[in-house]
Amino acid sequence: MANGEREVGADAPAGGFVQLLTPDGERVDSVTTTDGMTYSVDFTDEEYRELYRDLVTVRRLDAEATALQRQGELGIWASLLGQEAAQVGSGRALRKQDMAFPTYREHGVLYTRGIDPIMPFGLFRGVDQGGWDPHEFKFNTYTIVIGSQTLHATGYAMGITMDGKTGTPDGEAVIAYFGDGATSQGDVNEAFVWSGVFNSPIVFFCQNNQYAISEPLERQTRIPLYRRAAGYGFPGIRIDGNDVLASYAVTRAALDQARNGQGPSLIEAYTYRMGAHTSSDDPTRYRIASEVESWKAKDPIARVRAFLTKQQVADETFFAEVDDTAKKLALDLRERVLAMPDPEPVTMFDNVYPHGSPEIDAQRASFERYHATFEGSGH
Amino acid sequence: MTESSRGGKPQSKTMGETITLGKALNHGLRRALEDDPKVIIMGEDVGKLGGVFRITDGLQKDFGDDRVIDTPLAESGIVGTAVGLAIRGYRPVCEIQFDGFVFPAYNQIVAQVAKMFYRSLGNVRLPIVIRIPFGGGIGAVEHHSESPEALFAHVPGLKVVTCSSSADAYMMIRQAVASDDPIVFFEPKRRYWEKGEVDLDADLGQAFPLHQARVAREGTDATVLAYGPMVRTALDAAIAAAEDGRNLEVIDLRSLSPLDMETVYRSVRRTGRAVVVHEAPGNLGLGAELAARITEECFYSLEAPVLRVTGYDIPYPAARVEEDFLPDLDRVLDAVDRSFGW
Repeated sequence: MANGEREVGADAPAGGFVQLLTPDGERVDSVTTTDGMTYSVDFTDEEYRELYRDLVTVRRLDAEATALQRQGELGIWASLLGQEAAQVGSGRALRKQDMAFPTYREHGVLYTRGIDPIMPFGLFRGVDQGGWDPHEFKFNTYTIVIGSQTLHATGYAMGITMDGKTGTPDGEAVIAYFGDGATSQGDVNEAFVWSGVFNSPIVFFCQNNQYAISEPLERQTRIPLYRRAAGYGFPGIRIDGNDVLASYAVTRAALDQARNGQGPSLIEAYTYRMGAHTSSDDPTRYRIASEVESWKAKDPIARVRAFLTKQQVADETFFAEVDDTAKKLALDLRERVLAMPDPEPVTMFDNVYPHGSPEIDAQRASFERYHATFEGSGH
Repeated sequence: MTESSRGGKPQSKTMGETITLGKALNHGLRRALEDDPKVIIMGEDVGKLGGVFRITDGLQKDFGDDRVIDTPLAESGIVGTAVGLAIRGYRPVCEIQFDGFVFPAYNQIVAQVAKMFYRSLGNVRLPIVIRIPFGGGIGAVEHHSESPEALFAHVPGLKVVTCSSSADAYMMIRQAVASDDPIVFFEPKRRYWEKGEVDLDADLGQAFPLHQARVAREGTDATVLAYGPMVRTALDAAIAAAEDGRNLEVIDLRSLSPLDMETVYRSVRRTGRAVVVHEAPGNLGLGAELAARITEECFYSLEAPVLRVTGYDIPYPAARVEEDFLPDLDRVLDAVDRSFGW
């Protein structure tokens, strides 16, 4: 099993992880795991700069969302703060034909799929339940019930095999996102069983951000999560989830193995949720400030900036331009969120059934008749 | 189970065969597999064994193990992966082995299958059929005789149907598979071995609408509303009542969500009396909903309150006493008597 058993730096958890960029911005040329897999990246300067831009942009948009929630413009927000590298790296590792199944926190992956970042705001503002076409963007709807989407992803991956779209370098693959808490769900374990049994082309990407709302990792597992994979008969590997290069390299390799017909694998992205679970949460009740401070030193963006600076791939002018562009995007996003109209109440009856229902039609008509009685009354 | 004369790759040309309800479902599924290469069957023991009730008998042999899939033993996995397969463009037909085993899949059915179309603003269709043998009367152990249909009919986004005859079984399963709506398809397991005539060449386009109730027996004095396994019981009661000079109309509801209330209202407005029969516990069951709606719409036509003949509000009892739990001919007639005595 590929376990990423290589200690890198002082920040690695026991058992090690794959890290290609240290918190200080030092590049590790390549990492070879105990099973002989070698991971590295070969980016051009421009590609490094664009990765940096992605990271800064998704963080800035996330900050805007948090602010919008605090100002009462969103009902709730699930912040990705601290998990930018895991999401941007894995998201950019997807090929166009690959399909992603997110939880409700994958705003960074959504961004890399080319979806207008305003799309999830319908859900969090309470305007709709989602909005993008999963088929168009190869990115399924957000799933709120923990772990459910891993089975959907597995079924989709089974369909890829049935369609004969594996076994070649241009085959298709699936990535399923979930968190450390979800690994306790029956559905996730069933997804592991099924994908193993059917050798499905799927990568299980677990962002271990150390907390399931308030519950620490120790409440979910007594072994490192990546080692769970061995029990299901496929490779598991742990990466530094705050290292966008490791996230990219390992996800790309795992997806390519899947598309080539080599079946599923599990990636545990070891990271940290810097903010609250959602805007309704108060993390000071269950974790200490020094822990958060120690993770600040492993920031996913600062290390890329340090690397770009040291390598003279980018300068202050570039960083300022990235910040400025991200800010403009965020302000544009803010304006558009504020302009989002509330839906017409009668639209709540839409899209219940593809073929409709006479009962819903009758209720819609009754609803309209009732509301018509208020016309002109100021209600 | 009677073996049909049709073997191997089906070239169905037999008119009006008399076959069991179970075999009719088998033929219906075979036709669905033939008609659309995207149709797949998945479940526990559905392959070589042909299902514990043999409803999928011979299908894996003829269509291959990637279209008739023996799954790991995990009901949530069956339905959850069916969701993904449907997103991929397949039309999965999931078999839940017994009514009492559906609950591990309940989350996927209620939270995902029922809501994906709504959540995605109509972008994602899940043409999934979830087949569940339901009801008692077969002398089984716990969890093998339940009637959980109200738990699904209560969920917006799902449609729920059940058949009561071989002819309906053959057409309704094909219609359900062809529908883009997610459908929970309840099969009256105690009636699997009852025979009826089926036109195996019937065209889907000519079929009686899936979500329409059918008058199973015309009558004038009282309306008995039943579905699934209780339709036979209601018809038997009607025959017995006729000997007493009472002419009962029996309606087979067929679709439990949506309910075809127009057919029900037409009948009750004529007869002035309604008795609902189901095996499921009465509390908050289909009978409660039917009684409420009939009262709202037919109040001035009613000669008596809508009465219910149902299972009791207890867990399904041990097999040796199940006949005392299940509605039977006498309990239906007793309710009819009470209606007339009002």
